[in-house]
Amino acid sequence: MKAADFDYECPASIDAVCGRLAEAAGEAKIIAGGQTLVPLMAMRLARPALLLDINRIAALHGIADAGDHVVVRAATRQAAALAHETVRARVPLLAKALGFVGHVQTRNRGTIGGSLAHADPAAEIVLAALALDAEIEARSVSGTRTMALAGFVTGPMETVLAPAECMTAIRFPVWRDAGALGTGFQEVSIRQSDFALAAAAAQVVLDQAGVCRRAAVAVGGADATPTRMADAEARLIGTRLDDDDIAAAASLARAALAPLADLHASPLYRRRVAGALVARALAEAKGEAVRGKG
Amino acid sequence: MSQHEITLTVNGTARRATVPARQTLVDFLRDTLRLTGTHVGCEHGVCGACSVLLDGKPVRSCLIFAVQAEGAAVVTVEGLAPDPEGLSVLQDSFWEMHGLQCGYCTPGMLIAAHALLQQTLEPSEAEIREAIGGNLCRCTGYKPIVEAIALAARRLRGANVPEGRDGG
Repeated sequence: MKAADFDYECPASIDAVCGRLAEAAGEAKIIAGGQTLVPLMAMRLARPALLLDINRIAALHGIADAGDHVVVRAATRQAAALAHETVRARVPLLAKALGFVGHVQTRNRGTIGGSLAHADPAAEIVLAALALDAEIEARSVSGTRTMALAGFVTGPMETVLAPAECMTAIRFPVWRDAGALGTGFQEVSIRQSDFALAAAAAQVVLDQAGVCRRAAVAVGGADATPTRMADAEARLIGTRLDDDDIAAAASLARAALAPLADLHASPLYRRRVAGALVARALAEAKGEAVRGKG
Repeated sequence: MSQHEITLTVNGTARRATVPARQTLVDFLRDTLRLTGTHVGCEHGVCGACSVLLDGKPVRSCLIFAVQAEGAAVVTVEGLAPDPEGLSVLQDSFWEMHGLQCGYCTPGMLIAAHALLQQTLEPSEAEIREAIGGNLCRCTGYKPIVEAIALAARRLRGANVPEGRDGG
């Protein structure tokens, strides 16, 4: 249960990281918080020859309000984001999701970018980012590119990020629609803050008449990758999010899932729980919007 | 094997050492510095027994390589007591409330609880449970641990409650 031997470097800039990644030809891994990577190394599921520690690169830390989106630099600690007023005020769904991420000890170390780069199927940050249509910015020696969250995760622990790319920032869109915003995040796990057996994220906007004008619904932990629930979202638009509407949307979400089986839960269980969580997340979001708390 | 020289502060004492890149912080603390109060359980970030304070914040020392702690201030369970023979208020409260049985999880529990009490001296039971949510105990059923932390909070905030009327 100890990591295989590796070389360790602490590059001073993003460009230096990209340069070393290019030279290492797939043999190097970036380490930020290490809360996913180090367990993988301890179990010898990952054996990088070289670790590039990005923790000391100031340009990879910090949160900025850019009007229609919030920029979270990749190595920002989860605990820092959770406590950040801009995150809480502008992307409350992310703040809610962060409360479910790991434990105090892992949030103090784990990073927003690291969670996205590893893409654990149960990762709450990936789920919130998908629901919000976040964008990932990554750099390599070839330049910078931006990727939509839709399509970013290709399977369990797999993304389209290339081995020679360094994720630099995540852009979380801010919903500035007229009306009242509400968010919901619900999760079932074996213990408090353990990996989600299923989790649901919802964000809605209600107009003055209480009619839903915009909705985002996503489920994580159940399928191999977090999934947007397009049919459920479409079912909600134009409704008042009455109990029947929420139940119908949850039913559509259940039908759209192809859940995983593992030691902890069967596909049937995950599908049923995910449906219930979608309903609860929507009720939570509606409640917030109605109270004008969003 | 890549070797690295590091300097850091552990329980207020400056330390300099050469470490292999693959050595975890907990192995460095236990094997190199012989500070064996910090326990190592699962070695992959599940059990919380290895919790230490890194620059004042609780982290799992099995998920950090010692080389990454360059320049950091680390506090282990040995650093919580006012002197080698004494106990902190929190440690004494664990004693008082039987907040431990085998003791394996105790160093991590103490670090997690200490960090919580640095944030607030009026934690709710839910906040206490959240704070130790990343620490496994297989003996106590957690209840006496939660009670010990609540007692420590009461004592530390100086609540004028006679012994025996404060739930223990």
